[in-house]
Amino acid sequence: MLDVAGLEVAYGDYQVIWDVSLHVAAGEIVSVLGPNGAGKSTVLNTISGLCRPKAGRITFKGERIDGLPPYEIVGRRLAHIMERRRVFPYLTVRQNLWLGGYNPSARKERAQTLDFVFELFPRLEERESQLAHSLSGGEQQMLALGRGLMARPELLLVDEPLLGLAPAVAADMMRILRQINETGVSILFIEQNVQTALSIADRGYVLEGGHLVLDGTAEELLASADVKRIFLGG
Amino acid sequence: MTTEIILQTIISGLLMGFIYALVAAGLSLIFGLMEIVNFAHGEFMMLSMYAAFWLYTFFGLDPLLSIPICAALLFGLGVATHYGIIRHILDAPMMVQITATFGLAIFLRSLAQFLWTPDFRTIPDPIVAGRIEVMGIFLGVPQLVASAGCVLAFAFLYLFISRTETGLALQATAQDREAASLMGIRPDRMYALGWGIGSACVAVAGVLLTSYYFIFPEVGLIFALIAYVTVAMGGFGSLIGALVAGVLIGLVEALGGLLIDPAFKYVIVFSMYLGIVLVRPKGLFGRY
Repeated sequence: MLDVAGLEVAYGDYQVIWDVSLHVAAGEIVSVLGPNGAGKSTVLNTISGLCRPKAGRITFKGERIDGLPPYEIVGRRLAHIMERRRVFPYLTVRQNLWLGGYNPSARKERAQTLDFVFELFPRLEERESQLAHSLSGGEQQMLALGRGLMARPELLLVDEPLLGLAPAVAADMMRILRQINETGVSILFIEQNVQTALSIADRGYVLEGGHLVLDGTAEELLASADVKRIFLGG
Repeated sequence: MTTEIILQTIISGLLMGFIYALVAAGLSLIFGLMEIVNFAHGEFMMLSMYAAFWLYTFFGLDPLLSIPICAALLFGLGVATHYGIIRHILDAPMMVQITATFGLAIFLRSLAQFLWTPDFRTIPDPIVAGRIEVMGIFLGVPQLVASAGCVLAFAFLYLFISRTETGLALQATAQDREAASLMGIRPDRMYALGWGIGSACVAVAGVLLTSYYFIFPEVGLIFALIAYVTVAMGGFGSLIGALVAGVLIGLVEALGGLLIDPAFKYVIVFSMYLGIVLVRPKGLFGRY
């Protein structure tokens, strides 16, 4: 479904991603792991079109999407939920969700999609007329996820969905991600905690200093000595 | 001093306040969207007044009827300003952004002087004229109509921004450009639209003024200056803030002129502005 090959990204003269290749098959949950500053967010931002690659190829459902602007990529049913949620703070919950279905390919089924999102997140329906900035962190993450789903994605990119959440809420969020996946949406998500990420992911990629250093199934990664070295410095 | 005079002054102030509010709303919309101050806002107003003047002179079109034409012209000028200038300086240092629109202002003002001379022009007999008396208070009909027109335009703008799909997209772009683009919104188009609407707002106010105000190349200066103060006082990017601050300034200006001295009316207005931003730097309704 998603195929990234030989991706290189630079901010001006400062290169941050070297030769990263990864893929996500239909129906998979894949995790991008790595310490702070490894370039995980940059990889996601480049897939969704927020950053332009310096070299490499990104194909989604068989078509090249690298270099396309984000507002066109989302129309191909690839939604990206950025780090720190980035909900529109001074719009209501409902308005935020409604805008999630702004792109023409999602617009026709907007009302039905909204029902689906409210079903998945009843809490959002309770707060539909509240301004987004007044929600708790967990609710904002739900809103960000719901807004992403409003684009009717086939692939969802999620950047650190657990950031700043209490452990109980974080466990809930993992359950929700799996639930979304079960409705047929493939997921590529970033998470710093290896154990948590691999508890729901089928496979994982480990980034370090902008390079892909390791990849494998969840079981392989959990057993890997390299993962322990990278994350625990052991 | 009689009650009539005070009441008269309050109403005059209110009427002027609504005009200030619409001028400021246009400026605030553009700033809220992209954090760029249009220093040529007053010159856009001047151009719309001249447009109304020439439409009257050549085609006998009354200003009241030329509002849609002037609004459309200035909408086009706003969009052209975005694509011709603003788009290229979006990520430039602030000084570049300031000098770009400031330069545009000087250019337009000089162009008006060059093409149309610095003479003061008026529209000799507009449809709306004369005055009416209500309970001992005299109100100029042009002032009344101009003010009502501005309120109407303001309400229209407010409903557009808060109720329509495109209005929501504008707000979303103002609040988070990147997140908006991930929704499928094209920020560049929203910016152009914002410039168009902001310029059309000041055009409507300008045309409405022509039925009782002089038209000359520098006419925009004082209105723009008051608009900057209105926007800063009401809170950058807030339409309601622009409305409240505009009316407040209109009232203080009129009452200050009456109670102290007309020569000092702007001193009082600007003192109030300094006082408010000293206590509340983000303005009355500001978020930033």
